[in-house]
Amino acid sequence: MSARGYSELPVGPVILDAGNSRLLKTGAWRTINRPVFKEENCSQCLLCWLFCPDMAVRVEDGKVVGFDYEYCKGCGVCAQECPGKKGQKAIAMEEEKK
Amino acid sequence: MARVMAVTGNEAVAEAFRQINPDVCAAYPITPQTELMQRFAAFAANGKVDTEIILVESEHSAMSACIGAATAGGRVATATCGPGLALMWEMLFVASGMRLPIVMAVVNRSLSAPINIHCDHADAMGARDSGWVQLWSENAQEAYDNTIQAFRIAEHVDVRLPALVCMDGFIIGHSITRIEFLEDELVKGFTGEYTPLNPLLDIDNPKSFGPLVLTDQYHEYKYAQHEVMWTKVRDVVLGVAAEFEKVSGRRYGLFESYRLDDAEIALVILNSAAGTAKDVVDSFRERGVKAGLLKPRLFRPFPYAEVAQALGGLKAVAVLDRADSFGGYGPVFTEVCSALYPLAKRPAVINKIYGLGGRDFLPQHAERVLKELEEIAQTGRVSVIKEYIGVRE
Repeated sequence: MSARGYSELPVGPVILDAGNSRLLKTGAWRTINRPVFKEENCSQCLLCWLFCPDMAVRVEDGKVVGFDYEYCKGCGVCAQECPGKKGQKAIAMEEEKK
Repeated sequence: MARVMAVTGNEAVAEAFRQINPDVCAAYPITPQTELMQRFAAFAANGKVDTEIILVESEHSAMSACIGAATAGGRVATATCGPGLALMWEMLFVASGMRLPIVMAVVNRSLSAPINIHCDHADAMGARDSGWVQLWSENAQEAYDNTIQAFRIAEHVDVRLPALVCMDGFIIGHSITRIEFLEDELVKGFTGEYTPLNPLLDIDNPKSFGPLVLTDQYHEYKYAQHEVMWTKVRDVVLGVAAEFEKVSGRRYGLFESYRLDDAEIALVILNSAAGTAKDVVDSFRERGVKAGLLKPRLFRPFPYAEVAQALGGLKAVAVLDRADSFGGYGPVFTEVCSALYPLAKRPAVINKIYGLGGRDFLPQHAERVLKELEEIAQTGRVSVIKEYIGVRE
């Protein structure tokens, strides 16, 4: 959000436009690792979607299709919780490229 | 037809609250404010008001609940004093920062230690910088009138700030005096309906209160508070006072000027002690001494230019403070000096600390100060700038 002059502010600090947290792109906070989706190991259990503390697991037609890196902070909870298939996780945390 | 009654100051303000019938009142009892909320709670219990009374476990919670209720969109009133106001300190800034027009009666009491329940202005002076509008009252009538006006001032669309109304604990709060109450319908018509700006209970328009505002925007929010206090409140106070005079016949301004027009020496003094001091000013006038008095009403925002105009032509002024800033001057003194400093020619000004913890302010105290001012006016010499009066050595 752009910085506003005092005369442009609401009377008191109140956010009047609901749901505007989507404007805050928190993906920039991700510094070490990013989750990478490996579809061949995914059983579509959606645990990653359920556990994601943000809303960074992209789901289309009820299926995980990848991650929204504009919001993913790289916490790794999804990879930790992923049961995968036959001992192979569907989410790998890979080093964030600078 | 006004109803003439004999009531305490606390009762008078409780009556104003009854007539205004706020939506919510969250409060915690503390001497000498207890009687005020006790009487108002009785109105609520007896169905005389629709107010939701919220009983809380501390004044910090009282003000927090008031803030929540005001954010929801309610008209909110409360009352406290002394240590109770001190415990609210954190939340006072939240109320003003969120621009919530909460009205609070402050029945001035000293701060501990040593523990003391009597009149002293340290409580409200501690809230001086909290962003609340402050109105001060000499007697129960003024406390009642100021309370009614405070809702209009706080809720004015150009203001939207919390306001507190001070009266002296025990001396006014618990003393029974004659008072003229306005008719209920008149008060309801005067205060009118309150329309909140962004009520949280307007669920069709969801919004968030209490966001984190850091280095990029906080400065502007504080400037907005400064701007409204500095440029808007005074005119609103005067406008509301003019309307109030029409319905009540009682005139209010930013301060009371008592025999100041041709005065050479004057006392500046808040609240009940001004009544005592006015009698003494009269006796000096009878002796041919051109004495006067200025009693501040609006202390925040402080009307610097108007005070400078009222006092600038005098020879000597004594500012009497019922609170001290240890290691500094009294709080009213510093304001009066700030007001006078820009003038090319200004009176000599001295500071007297009086009446702490409810110590009586007697006519002889005012006499001694006026005599000292006479001498300063003659010689132009000030020997001691700040001094306690009536203190035993």
